[in-house]
Amino acid sequence: MTSTFLADKRSGPDADHPPPETVRARGRVRRRVLHWLTAVGFQVPALVLFIGLVLLPMLFALYAAFFRWGGFGMPSDYIGTDNFTQLFDNPVFLGDLWRCLVLVLLSLALQLPFALAMAVLLNQRLRGRAVYRMLFFAPYVLSEAITGVLFAMIFAPDDGLADHLLGGIGLDGLGGEWFADPSYVMATLFLVMMWKYFGFHMMLYLAGLQSIPKELTEAALIDGASPWQRFRNVTLPLLAPTLRISIFLSVIGSIQLFDLVWVITQGGPDHHSETMAVTMFQYGFKRYQVGYASAISVVMFGICLVFALAYQRFVLRRDLEGATTTMRGDGK
Amino acid sequence: MGDPALSRRGFLAVSAAAGLGMTALSGCGDDSDGGSSDGTTTIEWWNISTTQPAKSVWAGLAKKFEAQNPKVKIKIVQLENDAYKSKMTALIASGKLPDIFHTWGGGVLKQQVDAGLVEDLTERTKPWGDGLLSVAREPYLLDDKVYGIPFDIGMIGFWYNKALFQQAGITEPPATWAAFLEAVSKLKAKNVIPIALAGKEKWPGMYYWAYLAMRTAGAEALQKAYDDKDFTGPEFVQAGAHLKALVDLQPFQKGFLNAAYSTPTGQAAAVGNGKAAMELMGQWAPVVQADSGKGLGDDLGFFPFPAVEGGKGAITEVFGGGGGHALRRGAPQAAVDFLKFFASEATDVELVKKTGVIPVVPGAESALTDPNIKQVEAQLKGATGFQLYLDQAYAPAVGQEVNDSVAALIAGSKSPEQVAQSITQTTKEEQ
Repeated sequence: MTSTFLADKRSGPDADHPPPETVRARGRVRRRVLHWLTAVGFQVPALVLFIGLVLLPMLFALYAAFFRWGGFGMPSDYIGTDNFTQLFDNPVFLGDLWRCLVLVLLSLALQLPFALAMAVLLNQRLRGRAVYRMLFFAPYVLSEAITGVLFAMIFAPDDGLADHLLGGIGLDGLGGEWFADPSYVMATLFLVMMWKYFGFHMMLYLAGLQSIPKELTEAALIDGASPWQRFRNVTLPLLAPTLRISIFLSVIGSIQLFDLVWVITQGGPDHHSETMAVTMFQYGFKRYQVGYASAISVVMFGICLVFALAYQRFVLRRDLEGATTTMRGDGK
Repeated sequence: MGDPALSRRGFLAVSAAAGLGMTALSGCGDDSDGGSSDGTTTIEWWNISTTQPAKSVWAGLAKKFEAQNPKVKIKIVQLENDAYKSKMTALIASGKLPDIFHTWGGGVLKQQVDAGLVEDLTERTKPWGDGLLSVAREPYLLDDKVYGIPFDIGMIGFWYNKALFQQAGITEPPATWAAFLEAVSKLKAKNVIPIALAGKEKWPGMYYWAYLAMRTAGAEALQKAYDDKDFTGPEFVQAGAHLKALVDLQPFQKGFLNAAYSTPTGQAAAVGNGKAAMELMGQWAPVVQADSGKGLGDDLGFFPFPAVEGGKGAITEVFGGGGGHALRRGAPQAAVDFLKFFASEATDVELVKKTGVIPVVPGAESALTDPNIKQVEAQLKGATGFQLYLDQAYAPAVGQEVNDSVAALIAGSKSPEQVAQSITQTTKEEQ
């Protein structure tokens, strides 16, 4: 509507002496505006949902983070940045940050290499490899809650499967308080995480491996490259885009980890397995300190955002080239 | 110029406009509010009776009420304890509660009342509500106004395995804290796990600290400390020290820090399967023991929390609470009628007989048969002091802080002084 109105108004006074360039410019402007309107029109349904269900709640959380607010009515008790200063004084939250870092590093150092190794293995000719692939991918399909209950039972002290198995091979001493000992709980938890998610990364790598042209490996083979050289100089570089995406997903997943921890330990014992999301849930839904919980979620969001932007800018840049749509690209 | 391009663009524009229109349309057309076109009222009743036999008994009672009141329909929504609490948080934020909803009274109910979401029942329930057991009514009285009607009342105490006690040579249940610690040592000496504790859930641990505080500082002290925002008094630190003395004996089962309460490997099952000798738990303990484990039958016994030597509190003061129902503000009269029906003698007798609750209607007392429950009921009737569960009596943040700090004390990361300080600090921030 606005566009036609503008166009009409412009064509009014200038109509007598229309210099050819203006006409062309006018046409271009007009096309441009139409272009935009069309694009916006298509985006409205998605935009409405995105704004209403994602953007507004996010902005509201940002707003609520500056209030002491119990979740009743609208926030009114403005306390500036108190929530944030308290947050960075809270040993539990500082512990969350540390544990988050530990999980990220463990994932990168153990889980992803393991997934890669399995992917390379299952990319060979192997009897029943489809079965293996399915088996390894199955845990990822299982819901977090079921996984949690399952492992809580497996690692139950004395009665659990883990203790029985260890006892069966004469290692009774090793069976311990898997989830109940503050010093082991993170290790056990990571074990569960690895079991649950390595299959997903393995599938990503398998897909990546299959898109590597056979000719290249063959050529390397003919040139006399050893298996390690073939992997190091042919497979790995060509798999790099997949690796970069998988690292990205793994890090973001670790930062936001909640369900597994909640079901298995609720952050215990004594906060030793708590993650940021668990702390946020405790404050928001157990203590009803919603303002404080909002502050936690804002920090979480900040961390994810900074990481995501930095990662895209510096690491994913090459992979994303040409993958995103811009208004400029298609106009002329 | 190329017109196919233009027409394509035109088509795009039109379909985009269509998209816009659809969105606008989908915004409308949803405007129903559980209406009553044919004169029937539908009442939503949210409760936490998700376990048998209570689940079906309650559903049967709703049917019975519907039969007596043909114009009323009752829609039951049953949620598990924690799920219920989370769901209520969301509902409270939206400002719209179910017509009838489960409540434990105390600080949580007060927050809902302060937010203007709960119906004042003082006048509307006077004729029949005032006759209910007074300990049971207490949690729902706020500023002398009635905001809820109880259907259950109970208390925390020790549930113990008589056979295991006998085996360890403990002839009678300990009545003092020193005797209690001695009993724990005796059980340990016989290689029996003295106490089962659900460390993961934190609230079962809190019972120890709360009871010890009541025994050292007196029944009124916990409420007073909350009102004065000061838990740093010497009695509270002493309470923590007494608990520490127990923890130092290592009386709990292996891996208790990650044990849940009602799962097959949890606290109740450990006692119900005869692996641990006792647990500090409410009147529902026997049911859960039998549900998650085998149950102890006649071997199960009950004794009140021991007195602490030199403390201000008596062994007859109880720490407990029950269950009740509150109404949302503006709930229809039929909801009040239902509360009356639910608190009638006939209903209470059925509840006592079939679901094992402790009667809140004096006339229903005769329906009690279980000797343990009778003992709990006698303890409640003769109570010389009462303290509601802390996570209900206090604002949620304070209640959770108590749970959290006591859990830390039990895990060995906080001292009795630090527990008192953390609770005080949260209380000050919260009010």
